[in-house]
Amino acid sequence: MKHLLSTADLARADAIRILDTAAQMAATQSREIKKLPTLRGRTVVNLFFEDSTRTRISFETAAKRLSADVINFSAKGSSVSKGESLKDTALTLQAMGADAVVIRHQASGAPHTLAHAGWVEAAVVNAGDGMHQHPTQALLDAFTMRRHLVGRGAAGASIVGDPTGQDLAGLRIAVVGDVLHSRVARSNVHLLHTLGAQVTLVAPPTLVPVGVETWPCDVSYHLDEVLAETAPDAVMMLRVQRERMSGSGAGGGAFFPNPLEYTRNYGLDGRRLALLPDHTIVMHPGPMNRGLEISAEAADSPRAVIVEQVANGVAVRMAVLYLLLAGDASKERAGLE
Amino acid sequence: MSSGPAVPSSEPTVTPEDPSDGVTTVLGEAEIARALTRIAHEVVERNKGAHDVVLLGIPTRGVPLAERLAERLATIEPGLVPADVVGELDVTMYRDDLHRHPVRTIGATRLPASGIDGKVVVLVDDVLFSGRTIRAALDAISDIGRPRAVQLAALVDRGHRELPIRPDYVGKNLPTSLSERVSVRLVETDGSPDDATGEPVTDAVLISQRPTSTSSEGTR
Amino acid sequence: MSEQTTNPTYVLQGAAPLGADPVDLVLAGGVITEVRAAHSPVADDETAVDATGLVALPGLVDLHTHLREPGREDAETIVSGTRAAAVGGFTAVHAMANTTPVADTAGVVEQVWRIGRDAGWVDVHPVGAVSVGLEGHQLAEIGAMADSAARVRVFSDDGKCVWDPILMRRALEYVKAFDGVVAQHAQEPRLTEGAQMNEGVVSAELGLAGWPAVAEEAIIARDVLLAEHVGSRLHVCHLSTAGSVEIIRWAKGRGIDVTAEVTPHHLVLTDELARDYDPTFKVNPPLRTAADVEAVRQGLADGTIDIVATDHAPHTREDKDCEWAAAAFGMTGLETALSVVQQTMVDSGRMTWADVARVLSAAPARIGRIDEGPTAQGRPLEVGEPANVVLVDPAARRVVDGRSQATASTNTPFHGHELPGRVVATFLRGRATVLEGAPVEQVAGVRS
Repeated sequence: MKHLLSTADLARADAIRILDTAAQMAATQSREIKKLPTLRGRTVVNLFFEDSTRTRISFETAAKRLSADVINFSAKGSSVSKGESLKDTALTLQAMGADAVVIRHQASGAPHTLAHAGWVEAAVVNAGDGMHQHPTQALLDAFTMRRHLVGRGAAGASIVGDPTGQDLAGLRIAVVGDVLHSRVARSNVHLLHTLGAQVTLVAPPTLVPVGVETWPCDVSYHLDEVLAETAPDAVMMLRVQRERMSGSGAGGGAFFPNPLEYTRNYGLDGRRLALLPDHTIVMHPGPMNRGLEISAEAADSPRAVIVEQVANGVAVRMAVLYLLLAGDASKERAGLE
Repeated sequence: MSSGPAVPSSEPTVTPEDPSDGVTTVLGEAEIARALTRIAHEVVERNKGAHDVVLLGIPTRGVPLAERLAERLATIEPGLVPADVVGELDVTMYRDDLHRHPVRTIGATRLPASGIDGKVVVLVDDVLFSGRTIRAALDAISDIGRPRAVQLAALVDRGHRELPIRPDYVGKNLPTSLSERVSVRLVETDGSPDDATGEPVTDAVLISQRPTSTSSEGTR
Repeated sequence: MSEQTTNPTYVLQGAAPLGADPVDLVLAGGVITEVRAAHSPVADDETAVDATGLVALPGLVDLHTHLREPGREDAETIVSGTRAAAVGGFTAVHAMANTTPVADTAGVVEQVWRIGRDAGWVDVHPVGAVSVGLEGHQLAEIGAMADSAARVRVFSDDGKCVWDPILMRRALEYVKAFDGVVAQHAQEPRLTEGAQMNEGVVSAELGLAGWPAVAEEAIIARDVLLAEHVGSRLHVCHLSTAGSVEIIRWAKGRGIDVTAEVTPHHLVLTDELARDYDPTFKVNPPLRTAADVEAVRQGLADGTIDIVATDHAPHTREDKDCEWAAAAFGMTGLETALSVVQQTMVDSGRMTWADVARVLSAAPARIGRIDEGPTAQGRPLEVGEPANVVLVDPAARRVVDGRSQATASTNTPFHGHELPGRVVATFLRGRATVLEGAPVEQVAGVRS
């Protein structure tokens, strides 16, 4: 593996390897001394063209726990905001000797361009690009699902066995909300499908992309039906951006009439929570709009694994950085990607 | 099926007696068992008992060796429960040669419930070679606790140390040249029946010329 | 007058006019003076050009070229763009109005026309803007441009759609006074806000904002009805979808005076090319699906689509060497258009060379009303007609190299691809602008 750009590039074995590695990383994070010397001397650049304190801190923590040097390169207050091109920024990072570039960019495909334009030799990790992909988010989601849901005994027993080496075969996952603009949804659909789970996207028709029919998942416009009929093992709520409610220009472009109607039809609240099987977990990539896509009751319920997702994010990103940077890159290049 | 030259595979499958491969069996099943028993006695002797001892196997083959030693300690020291004194220590993330190889899979680290603080940790590995694995293991131990002492047990010491590290317990000293390859075969880790002959695998320490089809050499 | 004494008399020996039986075409005094039997003896004062195995076509006419001058001379100039046109077999181009300043006054169009005339590679016919500054609010000085030395007959806000229906209606009506035409860039702006590529399976996966086919089709449908209502002439630029072909077919069936163009790239490339986020393939309207490509080929073959126009859109390297969303829309096309048409339409048996002459010369000249008068274009290859001739070697194959083209920009989508056909020579009113496949730098002061 040379880069991590899209979950669509990950074969089942690659994905499981990342999850297994993440499990070992997670085990080290309960120790008193959390820092490992593994990536000593390697330099990881967090190149963030879009504000995302959560994701940046998660990557920064992951890199530091592995003893890599971390350089945070934020678009704000840098030459990037003065019109420097992605290419020149990339050439600068190359000259600084970056071994990995973790890039967050508002333009879909920017990480792909960074990885393939010949500007940098570094491994490129996509930390979210436009409406395209956010592969480490999907991996941490899959990791969280595997931990809670794989190896459960029959009849909903709560004892979970060691999921190492396992995929998510047979799990039913509902992904609810703004699929159209969501890189989290795109990443999850591919990864969860690759890992054998059955995904149902739930959204108002305005927030489902044209062309979704080729995706390896089901699509529904009705949350209550999906919760009652598919009995999902996990329900993942997507964040609804405030600007989707008004649309651009002089109104009319809004994707739904108003927040109340959205919440009524697609929000996860106490009533809908009660429709779920006992073992079902509730997920959210954060940050949450409490009262819009998820009620406080749902967000704070014991089923919610939202805080754990954040912790797992560090372990998954440690695993990704380890797999991209620890080995001999020249030998790896002949292989994947 | 043919019993001629072995087909290369990822596991040691050669017939030891086949001289065409230049593979020699240095220790057989019985010798390995005897060596482990002797080491177990030495551990008890040296530490005046085994109740403060924790055996940490280094994956892959150090782990079953540590478990076998724990069983032997239990026969010497009545009341000792093997599972309470044995664990495994993955050193991958502490290695200094990661960038020289394709990415290594990280193994598990499991400690006995009582931990290692204040204990005598005996590291267990199959082949002691350059000493770099043990150096990594010492770093790993210092991140997970503070033992009273750390000792080292190896089934085979083949020499060629690159660091000031020496074993406290050795199954067999095996002078080798750098062009030779030492591999250890254990039923726990290499136990699937031989592909070519269908015969069950037995414990053995093998020596051969590089390069060979075996993969279980103690890592440098 | 001087050209008659400076230009040699050319005898194009063994050329196949429109792919028919070979003849010798004699070009003298700016016109075709004689058609002889193939390989007849050549007089001492005649210059023979071996055209054995070559197809002779009337000089190609592009109804849709972006020359970028004035304003973006770093991407293309009138000189470099018209030289590229000649290399591609063209003898006339229509220069789009979206320059800086916009070609919305008689002053700007006359300047472009004059620079083009002085360069002498092809006839440059400026397109006038429909609205002031392409802003879509107020009609530009259409009458003044029509009456200027440039004699503008084609008006377009290309790059932007004339979205306001009342403005479009007024423009359609106004140009009737001088038999002009409004060339519409059909793109419903609200349906394409932030659009990056064709909306469909690929855009859904790539997370790029979609440019739906309906945004083109809705405007075309509205405009053909408007043209019918006011009895005006409408031209639809770079039609790209199967639905658009259907609407044009329906409109023509009703007798509406509409013509339509397709670009070479929409005849062959699809939105699958966006998968690598290479902005070379970012163009407006966007590359569509394979079904759309088949529909526009069919439409071109059956006459629903009247012409092929390049939409040659040169861009500087910095405008393409970046992430997809930041890149400019457009691709070059003057030097590959004929090859693409040969590959997709002729070699596949769907069109004859006579059809090629129609869609790349006669019809665009007729739409632009440049098919009459002393600088007439798009005329048949007959005695007495202007000597605008291009010789094509249909058997040649060439690998496109974006860095060695005559255009000043490198954003060809065909870089590294092998295409059939090669322009061997181009003659503009009897003067060779291209010989042996290379542009012929003209002697200073010589003007055809």
